[in-house]
Amino acid sequence: MTVTTVAELPHERGGSYLTDGTTLASWLLTRDHKRIAILYTLTITAFFFIGGAAAAVIRLNLLTPEGTLVDAETYNRIFTLHGVVMVWLFLVPSIPTTFGNFLIPLMLGAKDLAFPRLNLLSWYLFVASGLIVLAGLIGGSVDTGWTFYEPLSSGYASGALVVVLLGIFVNGFSSILTGLNFVVSIHRLRAPGLTWYRLPIFCWSNYATAVIMMLATPVLAVTLMLVAVEHLWGVGVFDPTHGGDPLLFQHMFWFYSHPAVYIMILPGMGVISEIVPAFARKRLFGYHFVAWSSVAIAVVGFLVWGHHMFVAGESVYAALVFSFLSFIVAVPSAIKVFNWLATLHKGAISFEAPMLYALGFILLFTIGGLTGLFVATLAFDVHATATYFVVAHFHYIMVGGMVSAYFAALHFWWPKATGRLYPESWARFAAILIFFGFNLTFFPQFILGYLGMPRRYHAYPPEFQVWNVLSSAGASVLAAAYLLPLFYLGWSLWRGARAPANPWGATGLEWQTPSPPPSGNFARTPRISRPPYDYPEPAA
Amino acid sequence: MSDRVLEKQFADLAHQSETAELGMWGFIATEVLFLGGLFVAYSFYRYLHPAGVAAAASHTRLVIGSVNTAVLLTSSFLMSWASLAASNGEGRRAARLIWGAAGLGLVFLALKGLEYAEEIGERLWPGAAFSLDTPEPRVGEVFYFLYWVMTGIHALHLLIGVAALAAIGWRAHGGVYSRAYHSPVRVVSLYWHFVDIVWIFLFALIYLPGRSA
Repeated sequence: MTVTTVAELPHERGGSYLTDGTTLASWLLTRDHKRIAILYTLTITAFFFIGGAAAAVIRLNLLTPEGTLVDAETYNRIFTLHGVVMVWLFLVPSIPTTFGNFLIPLMLGAKDLAFPRLNLLSWYLFVASGLIVLAGLIGGSVDTGWTFYEPLSSGYASGALVVVLLGIFVNGFSSILTGLNFVVSIHRLRAPGLTWYRLPIFCWSNYATAVIMMLATPVLAVTLMLVAVEHLWGVGVFDPTHGGDPLLFQHMFWFYSHPAVYIMILPGMGVISEIVPAFARKRLFGYHFVAWSSVAIAVVGFLVWGHHMFVAGESVYAALVFSFLSFIVAVPSAIKVFNWLATLHKGAISFEAPMLYALGFILLFTIGGLTGLFVATLAFDVHATATYFVVAHFHYIMVGGMVSAYFAALHFWWPKATGRLYPESWARFAAILIFFGFNLTFFPQFILGYLGMPRRYHAYPPEFQVWNVLSSAGASVLAAAYLLPLFYLGWSLWRGARAPANPWGATGLEWQTPSPPPSGNFARTPRISRPPYDYPEPAA
Repeated sequence: MSDRVLEKQFADLAHQSETAELGMWGFIATEVLFLGGLFVAYSFYRYLHPAGVAAAASHTRLVIGSVNTAVLLTSSFLMSWASLAASNGEGRRAARLIWGAAGLGLVFLALKGLEYAEEIGERLWPGAAFSLDTPEPRVGEVFYFLYWVMTGIHALHLLIGVAALAAIGWRAHGGVYSRAYHSPVRVVSLYWHFVDIVWIFLFALIYLPGRSA
């Protein structure tokens, strides 16, 4: 996007959003979307390492078949903590609340989101929800897994369950309000000339994500509320001992939680769609297809929840339809992958750290997506249900995909957000280490699952040990690789070279502002007259 | 006036007002899904146990429910009128109408409270002490479980609405709204009508099963 007015911006030395107010109150009461993004980044980083610590205990325990580190009860509590924290306190908010908050107004050519106060409220709700959830998980003994299946959760779990459910309920409203803010902003705050087809794909994919947040999250909130009330009153909507139906719970839970899987991948796809053209120096191939495939994923994603219930007792006809629709939802994802590959074709590719993460994303997401087709197949799913095959499949999407995309974004926009350049060699080393650590951790789990090892047990038969040891070894590599950026990115905040406005020579509107951007983003509202990803066509 | 209320991310007041209204429509969409979960659970049980639900529903207080429906519809009418008055710049009249709507909201809550008190007296509060003289008391208990949750959530929405109406009524009285700037009245009014419509569905689902010939 070439912007005529922004080039004339008076250069605001020292007038960035980071230096506009240095008191604690200026941060905690800010309405600036960029500062709120920073608040979110710090918060979810803390939650990421808490969830990661739980994963470390799981992998350590599974080094030996007897599971010597923790007993069965503690193990159940640990994987519950891992799942709940990673899903609701890291993956769901990860890219939307940080890069979405920071970048969407910049990409729209706007001065802020539509509802800045609501945006700050979302953060406070998020922090409150995180504290409530952790209090319940650590203080109480909730061992239901992140899915809170009935009748386990209302019949057998302890009273702390209600605390955890309350936390996730509050968390849902944080998510809903963020989604609402994004949808309204993208509709109403686009700069003059910025038509829908001139929007960066990052905006399209966050728009699709935001719609899911708005329409799926309320169903989760009300479902978990019913579980809590039923637990308190001892009356069953879901609990069969009180005349309820546990299958109804699964339908309502997955009506949110399957679309939530797309909340946890669509923003990552948006990031990759920004980074691949920037480092291939080419226009994004098939822009319209990539844009609409996000919307297609969001829409079809609402119609596939039943594939989590193939063995739960839904009718065979329902299972057939859900299986078919699950194959359909893979099509728009595949469209994206092919378009990224076509963008790379004959591009002038360079391999800076964001691009390494992006390429890692494409490969790992593809493996995760293809194994998704395995488990969408009825006959295979009966064999794979509740085994490590499923665990490996969704970790390839969520960790291999989304976390890689998060790190890609973190490096790509680090100079813009902080005004500092990070050390490139360290970053490349970490990116490569994450890729290998990830595969070593999770590929053996496909094999374990295929061989029949069930998930959520603290011990296992000795013949599975070799694959478990490989997986745990990979996890230790992954842990080191995740800790590395904490050090070199932290170092760059003090010692990194000052970043120019556009260190990558990228085309987005956000790169036309100084690094870091001033509080109001744009001195004058930009006018947009060019398509996105306006890189010069390579010589034939 | 305009300079004080216009936020920096909007081009002008019209832009800001339309955006605020779109925000409320979006919020209402999320509310439809939130309450939709409850309606699904309700429909599921009514489909499974039509006779049990009808028998339990016959213990609800049709007169209070009907009067309350009339009260809320009247309050919505006043709120529409208030919106019109505010957009014509008639702040004082808008304030009186808004307070009238809020007052009817309080009447609804008072009647609902009376109904709740009678029902607790009849041991229709789910839990160990629950008792219901129908052929399927367990189904009745699930029905009353959903009854308390659904009407409770509705009452909470109404309470929030009354507080919002009181606040914008106060501001209308103080002459804050004009022909150019009155979007808060329209936005709160949308919310108020939504809460009203939800009640119409609840009325039909809670009070009417088994009562038609």
